[in-house]
Amino acid sequence: MAEKRIGLQTVKLSNPPSILGTATVVGPKEGEGPLKDYFDIILEDDMWGQESFEKSEVKIQEEAIKQAIFNANLSSKDIEYLFSGDLLNQIITSSFTARQLNIPYFGLYGACSTMTESLSLGAMIIDGGFADKVVCATSSHFSSAERQFRFPLEYGSQRPFSAQWTVTGAGATVLASSGNGPYITYITTGKIVDFGIKDANNMGGAMAPAAIDTISQHFKDTGYSPDDYDLIITGDLGLVGKRILLDLMKKEGYDLSKVYSDCGIKIFDGVEQDTHAGGSGCGCAAVVFNGYIYKEMLKKNLNKVLLVATGALHSPIITLQGESIPCIAHAVTIDNLID
Amino acid sequence: MEYLKVFIVGGLICVIGQILLDTTKLTPAHILVIFLTSGVVLGAVGLYKPLIEFAEAGAIVPISGFGYALSKGAIDGVKAKGIIGAFVGGLEATAGGIAAAILFGYIAAIVFDPKTKS
Amino acid sequence: MDNMNNKEYQKYAERKIPKPTYFKNILYAFVVGGAICVFGQIIRNMLFKFGLDENSVTIATSIILVFVGSFLTGIGIYDKIGKIGGAGAAIPITGFANSIVSPAMEYKREGFIFGVAARMFSIAGPVLVYGVGSSVIVGILYLIFTKGR
Repeated sequence: MAEKRIGLQTVKLSNPPSILGTATVVGPKEGEGPLKDYFDIILEDDMWGQESFEKSEVKIQEEAIKQAIFNANLSSKDIEYLFSGDLLNQIITSSFTARQLNIPYFGLYGACSTMTESLSLGAMIIDGGFADKVVCATSSHFSSAERQFRFPLEYGSQRPFSAQWTVTGAGATVLASSGNGPYITYITTGKIVDFGIKDANNMGGAMAPAAIDTISQHFKDTGYSPDDYDLIITGDLGLVGKRILLDLMKKEGYDLSKVYSDCGIKIFDGVEQDTHAGGSGCGCAAVVFNGYIYKEMLKKNLNKVLLVATGALHSPIITLQGESIPCIAHAVTIDNLID
Repeated sequence: MEYLKVFIVGGLICVIGQILLDTTKLTPAHILVIFLTSGVVLGAVGLYKPLIEFAEAGAIVPISGFGYALSKGAIDGVKAKGIIGAFVGGLEATAGGIAAAILFGYIAAIVFDPKTKS
Repeated sequence: MDNMNNKEYQKYAERKIPKPTYFKNILYAFVVGGAICVFGQIIRNMLFKFGLDENSVTIATSIILVFVGSFLTGIGIYDKIGKIGGAGAAIPITGFANSIVSPAMEYKREGFIFGVAARMFSIAGPVLVYGVGSSVIVGILYLIFTKGR
């Protein structure tokens, strides 16, 4: 009997794992944004002395993981599992990072939903009694993503207003079976939702239904309402996705307007930094969660947060074949108090 | 006056492209193909030549002018060499620009590194 | 979300997208595209002064414009012109050069055969395929119609 399951898609962790430490590394543009004071390392140059953007992304993820382990007062020998993923083909960033770290490794692909996918699996592994300390991490890099998914950097094209800006950055979380919180208490795992959006420049519109599906299922499964949360934050829906989510959630009977935000909107100043609909990428939810949300929870300014990282699970090849974008959203409840 | 004609015709050709970009899902690559092929067709039916006589660079510099040069080259090639000319004429007329793009592209790739957008 | 089907949602989501700033985009495309053509005309007029014939002037002008487009791409300026000018920067032959040089530069790390050379025409390749292909068809049709007379 799976006695930790509640409702259709949610698990309630009976011994909620605690976050022991986090770390974030971000690129120069993110380091100029509104959340700059929450990041551990801000790069002056997004190549970071490496010879390619991909290698730079590996270094960014590796440093974020090492720094998180250090911030948790542990050494990498103490870590039993590493859960990580990224956007690049065959998740090379994560695998090349794991090559340096010597930690047993599960590579994940959840596109931009990877932060909550890794937190979900890490937390369940601990609660299941299979590990005491794990690291959950993910990263993205504007320039490595741009060349894989869009056009060369020096190509002169215009970005539509619905387009988002891939965050250069990595975030890592150390989870442990005991600690002083914040704790991971509930996990709602998303289903693939696809309403047939094909426009790769409108990720927010494509992913919003997945977030709506997961958030409303979370409320149904747990019995919570929006008022139980200090913050409900999606990964990278951006301005277009935010509008859709607030509007359609209201039609579902949930008014989120007081508690809702989006990592992609928080990380950049859309007007000043010309990022159009906001940030995106695995790194977006990762650095906003491991930087801003975690630190605000330690200060008790936020006590109960629902983090819903959203992912668009497509590839340039299948998009050219005319397929629409399958999307997913995983929700994780992070709580300062456990009963 | 000459430059004004160039400016207006060249600008208007680009405006058509911009309207297509903003109102459809076409990418710049689609636009380039459409404009080039339009230049080939308009050149073949004799509609592009008057535009070049009127606006010179205003009609030559846009990629549609490249298409015109291709079709004019192919037709001139047929006149001079028959069927062989249909195959060699277009590329012959535009070889300068294409070879330049290949050479300069290669050199630029060796000399310069792409920079992240900010 | 249960009361909405895919078509309805797609229409709904489309409406939530901010519209492009049509007027500004068109104005900038006009100015940037027009200015590049004027620059081309200045080159043409100079070349005519050197005593070149019409045909050579046209070829030399495109070579010089391709060089300028490549150089501005190399030093990282053409993408900024493209961001402002949109189609005004893409449609002139300098934009064609930009579409060749930018992937060539981008893939240097992957080597000079499979990187630079193989990727060089990833955007401009289709342009050549359709341009050269259609020009051959034009030539053949011309042959058929003139022979038929």
